[in-house]
Amino acid sequence: MFQWIHRFGSAPFMYRFAGRLAPWLGALCLLSLVAGLYLGLVVAPADYEQGDSYRIIYIHVPAAWMSMFTYMVMAVSSAVFLIWRLKIADVVAEASAPIGAAFTAVALITGSFWGKPMWGTWWIWDARLTSELLLLFLYFGYMALRGSLDTPQSSAKAAAILAVVGVVNIPIIHFSVEWWNTLHQPATISKLDTPSMHISMLRPLLLMVLAFQLLYFYNLMIRVRTLILTREGRASWVAELDTKGPENA
Amino acid sequence: MRVFKRDMKLAFRATGQWLNPLLFFVIVVTLFPLGIGPGPNMLATIAPGVLWVSALLAMMLSLDALFANDFRDGTLEQMVLSGHPLTVVVIGKVMAHWVTSGLPLVILSPLLGLMMQLPEGAYLVLVGSLFLGTLSLSFIGAIGAALIVSVNQGGVLLSLLVLPLTVPVLIFGSGAVSAAGMGLEISAQLSVLFAIVFLAVSLAPLAIAGALRVGVAAGR
Repeated sequence: MFQWIHRFGSAPFMYRFAGRLAPWLGALCLLSLVAGLYLGLVVAPADYEQGDSYRIIYIHVPAAWMSMFTYMVMAVSSAVFLIWRLKIADVVAEASAPIGAAFTAVALITGSFWGKPMWGTWWIWDARLTSELLLLFLYFGYMALRGSLDTPQSSAKAAAILAVVGVVNIPIIHFSVEWWNTLHQPATISKLDTPSMHISMLRPLLLMVLAFQLLYFYNLMIRVRTLILTREGRASWVAELDTKGPENA
Repeated sequence: MRVFKRDMKLAFRATGQWLNPLLFFVIVVTLFPLGIGPGPNMLATIAPGVLWVSALLAMMLSLDALFANDFRDGTLEQMVLSGHPLTVVVIGKVMAHWVTSGLPLVILSPLLGLMMQLPEGAYLVLVGSLFLGTLSLSFIGAIGAALIVSVNQGGVLLSLLVLPLTVPVLIFGSGAVSAAGMGLEISAQLSVLFAIVFLAVSLAPLAIAGALRVGVAAGR
């Protein structure tokens, strides 16, 4: 077990591992994305209350979900980095931040597209919306802190502390719709045993969630590779890559 | 404790340090009636929020200097290396920060509440919620101040880091005051504020101490 973790901790191994995994993740992501979009936008029936505009759920919910999932990955790997000094955990955290910020932005933007026809407004100071916006600020703060410290070691540690501290916001976002009974509708698929959606609408949603999950890991692998190269630019194994060419890596 | 006394002494020698946040608080609150219009009904509605946001901003203003001066003249490095548990030192410093910047706001707040036409029943709640709130803001904000201690001109960055974390304090603090103004039950909001204070006081020093170690190591 420890040997296994140790292997993942080594930059060259992780670089090759991520490189081998990325195309598979990308292909699977594309597959589920196409299937999910087809089932969601073409096959699934219109909602009796919200008509066709409910279909934005197939982008909105997965993005919102991933915005929190990505932060959790970031916070957990930051904690791992702080406790065990595992460098690769810091790489994962740094690589996740912009991806998570993008998911958060997508969730906010699609949410406002949904809000306009449903609630008659682009934006409302509702608990879920506001806390999601704060999550975006957290991502921005994390990236800004990383950018503003000079030495790589200190920026890594400081950013990790911030990521761990910021994790208090995640339960607030998650439970905000239940704690504050405001405009945003409660979670749609929290009860998997008796889903409140019809199966023809639920299936594409789950496919889209899978697709977004794969999209995240695909992006993560690519960014992890880039970051490893940037950080280890002077290591001998990187120089060898150069002579062999990327295909043989 | 000795750190607390030292910081208090320093703060009172340099009058600006404890007077500035207070003046800022007063000025910002004064701007609202001027900017929005002096109608008493309007003011009474927005008073809890305005007082709370202004207090939050005033606290931000003074956080910048919390560790920066000690960092610049090397005192902070001595504190880290001194062998005393850094969390205890940190608690001393943060308490001194709160007494010099948070507490004056709390004491002055009823007067500003009066100027903002705050409803009768809300004064005690305003003072109480600000008491708890500014204390947690000191501790939460100190995490941010410690993280950017080696960054020059980190003011805006500090706000970006700290403000998202302080929002629950703001929501429940101003919520309690608004509810009290309307004669509603406020025990829920106050319980949450108490919970935040206990969490902040017990956990934040660990994060602050960790961040300071990183900052001092980076500054060398």
